[in-house]
Amino acid sequence: MAKKKASKQKKKQTRVDFTPMVDMMMLLITFFMLCTTLSKPMSMSLTMPANDQNLDKQDKSVSKASHTITVYLGSNDKIYYIAGLPQYDNPECIKETTWGKNGVRDVLLKHTTEEGINPVARILMAKAKLDERKSALGSTMTDEQYKAELAKLRDGNVNGEKIPVLTVVIKPLDTANYNNMVEILDEMQISCIGKYVIDKVNEDDKKLLDLKGVK
Amino acid sequence: MGKIKIEKKDIWIDMTPMSDVMTLLLCFFMLTSTFLQPEPVKVNTPNSVSEVKVPEKDVLNILIGSDGKVFIGTDNKNDVVAMLQTVTDKFGVKINKEQLKNFKDNSSIGVPLNMFSAYLSLEPEKMAEEIQKYGVPTDSIDGGMSEFQEWVAAAKEANSDMKIAIKCDATTKYEVVKTVMSELQDMNENRYQLITNLKKEGE
Repeated sequence: MAKKKASKQKKKQTRVDFTPMVDMMMLLITFFMLCTTLSKPMSMSLTMPANDQNLDKQDKSVSKASHTITVYLGSNDKIYYIAGLPQYDNPECIKETTWGKNGVRDVLLKHTTEEGINPVARILMAKAKLDERKSALGSTMTDEQYKAELAKLRDGNVNGEKIPVLTVVIKPLDTANYNNMVEILDEMQISCIGKYVIDKVNEDDKKLLDLKGVK
Repeated sequence: MGKIKIEKKDIWIDMTPMSDVMTLLLCFFMLTSTFLQPEPVKVNTPNSVSEVKVPEKDVLNILIGSDGKVFIGTDNKNDVVAMLQTVTDKFGVKINKEQLKNFKDNSSIGVPLNMFSAYLSLEPEKMAEEIQKYGVPTDSIDGGMSEFQEWVAAAKEANSDMKIAIKCDATTKYEVVKTVMSELQDMNENRYQLITNLKKEGE
């Protein structure tokens, strides 16, 4: 009898209550959601010319006039450009344009050099072909190869032919804001322009802009 | 006699699956997110199509608020302390242990050197408020280097791999950005990372 009793164990329920654990998890998640950022900010690299006076003189006026566009960024998100080098006695060479696809991008795209070609359009066409090749099915192109090809295009080597590239001189006025500057750098990237520089507005520019009434 | 017996049911809900899901979510958040760096001023960065990632370490953050105030910070506490030592030695600012601890907790640099000591003696809550009023001065001292340049030079000395990242508000006037960049150019620092938000092309 005694033996039988011992074998008759009462089965205990082995259920654990998880509610407190869920509570704690909720708290932790809320904490993480509030205190952290999910999206890492992006960045763009910018290389400025050195302030060294001697260097400046060497690099200046390497580009032909018809290969150059000067862009002025004014106040209130205004943007002006000069196709070719600025003619400091003729304020009419400054033209106003707008931001975005139909404005400054169009100006860059349609710019024709003295050789009668549109360098930006040519390079962008070649880039579209390159993109196609990269994204084609079974493409074995690595990112490094793609970047090397893109760098070649930027330098004006399109299909083994050397075409002149556009040089863009960006001159933001003091009244422009930082957003404008980033936007114009963006346009450079979209239009695949390898040669661009952010320059200071000098005295001649100031006079010219005053004549035109640009603030 | 005719009593209706309501059977009491156990209303136990199994929380285990819920707990599972929560753990998963928690893991996801812990792995994918990075902690917010405390910044003296709120900065809304402009959008750009650029998809270059910000380097993970050895970054000297130059923060420019919409009102043109400049702040400096890095992610590495050791570098900041080294910078502080270099600059305070040069300008003869005395910092005691208590102040150094305060400085470590609040790693942004943004107060002119002549008020540095007083600023670091404040309570931490006050410091965050106070720093917004100042910013690192960018005017040159007696025709020489400005305080801003001194700090950057000290940062370069503390860690020569330091990359410069400029985080600037979209509405900041270009004038301020120009001053900062021009001062950096004077020191032969010509490569910067401009911190932006990602924008889809064609927008």
